[in-house]
Amino acid sequence: MTLLSAAPFLDDLDLALVDALGTGLPLTHRPYADLGTPLGLSEAAVLSRLTRLQDTGVIRRFGAIVRHREVGYRANAMCVFDIADDLAAEAGALLAARPEVTLCYRRRRQRPEWPYNLFAMVHGKQRDEVSARVARMIRDCGLDSVPRAVLFGVRRFKQGGGCYGRPRSVTPAEVLS
Amino acid sequence: MATVDLSPLEKDLLDITQRDFPLSPRPYATLARRLNVTEEAVLGAFRSLQTQGVVGRIGAVWAQGAVGSSCLAALKVPSARLEAVAATVNAHPEVNHNYERDHPWNLWFVVAARDEPAREAVLDAIAAETGLPLLRLPMEQGHHLDLGFAIDWSAPAAPVPVTVPIPVKEKRP
Repeated sequence: MTLLSAAPFLDDLDLALVDALGTGLPLTHRPYADLGTPLGLSEAAVLSRLTRLQDTGVIRRFGAIVRHREVGYRANAMCVFDIADDLAAEAGALLAARPEVTLCYRRRRQRPEWPYNLFAMVHGKQRDEVSARVARMIRDCGLDSVPRAVLFGVRRFKQGGGCYGRPRSVTPAEVLS
Repeated sequence: MATVDLSPLEKDLLDITQRDFPLSPRPYATLARRLNVTEEAVLGAFRSLQTQGVVGRIGAVWAQGAVGSSCLAALKVPSARLEAVAATVNAHPEVNHNYERDHPWNLWFVVAARDEPAREAVLDAIAAETGLPLLRLPMEQGHHLDLGFAIDWSAPAAPVPVTVPIPVKEKRP
């Protein structure tokens, strides 16, 4: 995926919609109308803007944002690899194709403290089961010899969508498995 | 929090609407027709899902870089300070997904702000407030980004953990 730049796609009303959606679509009979009212946008205008944002890929997904832990997915492993830059794209594609991987991306390294550049998230119900799937994934993708680390989530102090500056209530920490 | 016990309608809604939420004037009525229930039942099910914390919200997952600027960050926190530092980090509204992980870099969070200078200002503030080493790991390429996920309703879940309250403010030594 190439990184999009905001400027060609989003005007001020789009950005106002982004902010309004940060707290979620209202649970009302005409939610798009209610979303638009404080912004001075009609229901039709809200729908056409959201449709355009989805069609152009600015919105990757529109729908229910599920909190994994609450449906029993309490174990999550962040698997990180220090892989040569010229091999990272191929390894990333292999990892991303795995059914157990929910997110996969290449990030900037911060040497010397953090040499790892390729990240893959694996969620599951039990830590042992996730560990076994991570081991299988590493073997199947031929990454055994690649320096790596697996970081399990221990406690969650906050989860929520990016708010881009909007205030949000603070949630207590929850212990993960 | 007890393990959630979801109704068949709630499970159907989770399976359908993570990827396929109607962009039409009465989306809950559209879903109700598809599932052969009333619009009120769909609205009630979503209210229940949100009350139980299963659904954070109905909303958009934005393409990386399309809206604002975000960055994964991590702090190396002495264990005695972890809860207080987590609270300091959480006090910034731009912070989401703040997790303790089992690694010397033990506190991981995402900062999402309006643009890159605003994002870096939040990270600078967190570094200054905590006085701790900070990793800034912006994404360079996405291979697989949040598309929702298929929930296995049959597999057993891990035991329910306790909730730990955290202090609101850290006293600096």
